[in-house]
Amino acid sequence: MTVYELSQNSQFNVLCLPEPEREISGVYIGDLLSWVMGRAQGDNVWITIMSNINVIAVASLSDVSCVLLAEDVTLEENILKTAIEKGINILSTPLAAYETAIKISGMI
Amino acid sequence: MSELLNFHFDVDGNDFTSAGQASIQIKKNLRRLGLDPETIRRVSIAMYEGEINMVIHAHGGEADVNIYENYIEIILKDNGPGIKNIEQAMQEGFSTAPDQIRSLGFGAGMGLPNMKRYTDYMKIESEVGKGTTVTMRVDI
Ligand SMILES: Nc1ncnc2c1ncn2[C@@H]1O[C@H](COP(=O)(O)OP(=O)(O)OP(=O)(O)O)[C@@H](O)[C@H]1O
Ligand SMILES: [Mg+2]
Repeated sequence: MTVYELSQNSQFNVLCLPEPEREISGVYIGDLLSWVMGRAQGDNVWITIMSNINVIAVASLSDVSCVLLAEDVTLEENILKTAIEKGINILSTPLAAYETAIKISGMI
Repeated sequence: MSELLNFHFDVDGNDFTSAGQASIQIKKNLRRLGLDPETIRRVSIAMYEGEINMVIHAHGGEADVNIYENYIEIILKDNGPGIKNIEQAMQEGFSTAPDQIRSLGFGAGMGLPNMKRYTDYMKIESEVGKGTTVTMRVDI
């Protein structure tokens, strides 16, 4: 499944989608950045409630296919701009991390 | 053995919002050179952790990436406070990061262990009050 296909689900809202065709290999959930850096696999969807600028760097360097902000966490406009520049897909959802992961698991 | 290519960066210790820029630039450069994605990922992760450590713990420093025929070498050098007990610092979960840094998601005490895990060679030289130099290599 691609990030674009994931974004078509009504529970997921697109914040930015510069690389819609990225494949999704699975899910990683975490808010501690160096933990995510060390454990997330390339092409994972990264579910988090963190939304500061460092999330963009971690997403880029760990090569996840998309950041999914749980529980309706929002991003500042300038962070969103950076994400688009760096080619990072970002979605948001009202669901909690657990429900989000279950939803994705049923889709891939 | 002389390097085929060198990239040098000054890492700003005051600018938290742009921390990681050197690593992101290196990732781009390695992609352009056509290295395989897993090697790029390993270099990116190891370098980012080291770069962030210089920003958080050492008021910034310098990063050099040397590309040789068989490996990529990352050298991170700072004039920060140094590391008193390297063995302890290398342990998963050990961190001296202050609260406001932790609230940004840092301070899991996983940076140095990640650097070790994602590289084929890692050496830390540090003197308290003088600074720290971390040398890492990833085989190509
Ligand atoms: N360049 C450095 N200068 C001084 N101290 C350092 C440096 N790098 C690491 N340290 C020390 O080693 C500790 C462990 O580093 P490590 O990167 O593993 O964790 P952290 O930076 O505290 O948290 P995390 O990397 O998980 O966000 C740090 O808390 C700090 O005390
Ligand atoms: Mg660290």
